[in-house]
Amino acid sequence: MQFFFEVTIGGLLSGVMYSLVALGFVLIYKASGVFNFAQGAMVYFAALTFAGIVDAGMPLYVAFVLSLVVMTILGILTERIVLRPLVNQPQITLFMATIGLTFFIEGLAQIFWGATTRRIDLGIQDEPIPWLLDQYNIVVSTFDLTAAALAGVLVAALAAFFQYTRIGRALRAVADDHQAAMSIGIPLQHIWAIIWGVAGFVALVAGMLWGARNGAQFALTFVALKALPVLILGGFTSVPGAIVGGLIIGASEKLAEVYIGPMVGGGIENWFPYVLALLFLLVRPEGLFGERHIDRV
Amino acid sequence: MFYRETGQFKTSYAADQQIFPIRQDRVGVALLLVFAYLVVPVIADQYWFSAILIPFLIFSLAALGLNILTGYAGQLSLGSAAFMAVGAFGAYNFMLRIPDMPVIPAFILGGLCAAAVGILFGLPSLRIKGFYLAVATLAAQFFVIWALTKFGWFSNYSSSGVITAQQIYLFGVFAVDTPAKKYLLTLFVVSVMALMAKNLVRSNTGRAWMAVRDMDVAAEVIGYPLMKTKLLAFAVSSFYCGVAGALSAYCFLGTVEPDYFTLDLSFKILFMIIIGGVGSILGSFLGAGFIVLLPIFLNITLHPLFGLLGIDISTAVVSNLELMVFGGLIIFFLAVEPHGLARLWQIGKEKLRIWPFPH
Amino acid sequence: MARQIGEVILDLKGISLSFGGVKALTDISFDVREHEVRAIIGPNGAGKSSMLNVINGVYHPQQGEIIFRGHHLRDMNTHAAAAAGIARTFQNIALFKGMSVLDNLMTGRNLKMKTNFLQQALWWGPARREELANRLKVEEVIDFLEIEHIRKTPVGRLPYGLQKRVELGRALAAEPAILLLDEPMAGMNVEEKQDMCRFILDVNDQFGTTIVLIEHDMGVVMDISDRVVVLDYGKKIGDGTPDEVRQNPEVIEAYLGTQH
Repeated sequence: MQFFFEVTIGGLLSGVMYSLVALGFVLIYKASGVFNFAQGAMVYFAALTFAGIVDAGMPLYVAFVLSLVVMTILGILTERIVLRPLVNQPQITLFMATIGLTFFIEGLAQIFWGATTRRIDLGIQDEPIPWLLDQYNIVVSTFDLTAAALAGVLVAALAAFFQYTRIGRALRAVADDHQAAMSIGIPLQHIWAIIWGVAGFVALVAGMLWGARNGAQFALTFVALKALPVLILGGFTSVPGAIVGGLIIGASEKLAEVYIGPMVGGGIENWFPYVLALLFLLVRPEGLFGERHIDRV
Repeated sequence: MFYRETGQFKTSYAADQQIFPIRQDRVGVALLLVFAYLVVPVIADQYWFSAILIPFLIFSLAALGLNILTGYAGQLSLGSAAFMAVGAFGAYNFMLRIPDMPVIPAFILGGLCAAAVGILFGLPSLRIKGFYLAVATLAAQFFVIWALTKFGWFSNYSSSGVITAQQIYLFGVFAVDTPAKKYLLTLFVVSVMALMAKNLVRSNTGRAWMAVRDMDVAAEVIGYPLMKTKLLAFAVSSFYCGVAGALSAYCFLGTVEPDYFTLDLSFKILFMIIIGGVGSILGSFLGAGFIVLLPIFLNITLHPLFGLLGIDISTAVVSNLELMVFGGLIIFFLAVEPHGLARLWQIGKEKLRIWPFPH
Repeated sequence: MARQIGEVILDLKGISLSFGGVKALTDISFDVREHEVRAIIGPNGAGKSSMLNVINGVYHPQQGEIIFRGHHLRDMNTHAAAAAGIARTFQNIALFKGMSVLDNLMTGRNLKMKTNFLQQALWWGPARREELANRLKVEEVIDFLEIEHIRKTPVGRLPYGLQKRVELGRALAAEPAILLLDEPMAGMNVEEKQDMCRFILDVNDQFGTTIVLIEHDMGVVMDISDRVVVLDYGKKIGDGTPDEVRQNPEVIEAYLGTQH
């Protein structure tokens, strides 16, 4: 029984980390209607940048600030060079452009920082929480829990930011209707810069956490791909949806691997979230929290 | 001056419907085919066959397949490599388990296996569209590769799922063992299938696909059956990718593992049709050629270029630059010429028609 | 020249349609006789397009029945409608923007084409013959609508008026028994309207096609229709010849106001 708890909790915790990555997608999509496939590459780039700066001898917080600046610049450049020329094209074209962007960023990251895995040490140990182990004999990694808590705080802060601050309102206005937002004086360029800055921040945190757990390596981009099923479950436009989706994907992936995996030789984690998302799409295409889309004739 | 249509009047609808209505085009294509079938096998060397020509043909075929699904029928797919894998392993198993299995039927059967898998993973397209569908095809991509690796039966229980293509004989007698012969077999298969694809897209099937792509509600009102049209697109597209996969096993790689058919390869094929031209048969070839030649081109030019600056760059840097160039070109083409090289080719021909006048 | 108006070909009884809480149509009943030109008029939002959508199966009414050529149908589906010989145009042009004029018109011939995809892939033989035979038919429509000069042009590049004409052509290519036209003259200038009117009347005259049309231009409606149905807020408030409808006080109050 406690093994089940362990697996579930472990899955939920990694699920929260998936949510972090998904959050980056949601932010960009809400603000500009673009599905930024390159979010995964940005997480990778952020992780490498952070690790690289730390390896060059900088203290952690300096590395964090510098990486944040780099990510924001990257975001703004993306908006200017990739999205703006394509502004009137159908969504699918923009999506394909972000696939191209993915390749570009991956190549850039590896030229700059090299392709070898870099370790990130955030000072949190990946060891079982003592009292849980002693009292209930459940193994839950301290790191996982801390990371999840951090991610949770971040998500809550972002949700509050969107809901209650002036800038947050402006962001929601832009997401709803660009023209209308402009006509009431909201400066679109600034807003987009802020959005990409926030998305970059989210990518950086995700990159740091995932990088500390698994190492800053190319496989990070596949982790980011897992965010897609999260979005399908949660809806592309919903911050709470990203969390719920992440939890479901994280937990179900681990449980499937542990309980169904041995029957078929393991390795289910690779495709299970996608098949789950696929089945979900057949039943509820707009996700748990997304908006229904109706075609007008 | 030379590329003129004057004097070429069409007196029947049949003449108007030809694939190449302009005589110069017909002559050009005929010459190209003669050159490809008769001259190339004699003058090309091993490197040209195995590094350029054969992969170009195989990827053109896969790009054709994806173009049918994504370009003509409008169903975005990120799983083309998975269908190639099914074709490769399917053909392998038919050759392995059925004694005296002839080559072409083995390829066709491999393609049919891929078509079946394609229909299965195409079923969601009845309810979902756009990039939701793309995510569904990702499921296909990951699942198929996992299944081919995990279930040893597919690879005859070899370690890590590696298969070695058997020696193939045409009509049971002629061994296809030299690069030149493999090239000819590939060329034959690809040219026949390209012709069939062209026929398909200019007839009612092609119109059905394009109608569903452009406005599916109107297509339904006209009487096009949405389900059958979409599933047919998945089936035909996967068939083409499957045959391309079989060809890659038997005429290109020799030894194949499921991990060759990665998501990366699926993206590459997508890039081929974006750069070459979505919704264009010619575009599939142009895009494939571009993607096959680009790494070679980069390799040749970058080393001396950086050498001039006194920098010695490693192959890792070159391959990363390759990624950046791919990505950058995709963005460039989507922004500047969304219809790709095929459209640029068309524009070029238009200019040629009125040359030497500017307009 | 005189067209004989025939028996009732389409009969709609008690059609009610709602979307969630919104009632688009309430208990609408009217009939359409063969070979006539039947207009549906009414203010914006009256439910006219919804009515057409019900007739050709895009929307399914919650109540009521459709009797087409004597066959009772609980509701229609788009494929059955197309197969039964009902073709239509749309308010916002629903052409296939990626295809040429010729290809768009050829799509209208879809239900007449019987070869399967394998035959088409091989081309020589039945598929080729069928394609050429249908091309011949489509060229007749092109001739009729005077659009020879643009037959290879991608429809996305055509001006609005020509696009509307091509859409009519696509509907005509199907050789329909009933033609549903949703505001065929919207957004056109005087000359384009006159052309379109001429085409519609010619279709009705030469081919005997029954026409059900939604139109806002009262002059056109009164001129070319045999009978008119008036809708307002999803209910029928008038039904009869143009003259009868013109004098109906309810209609005047709801819609006509001052005559143009």
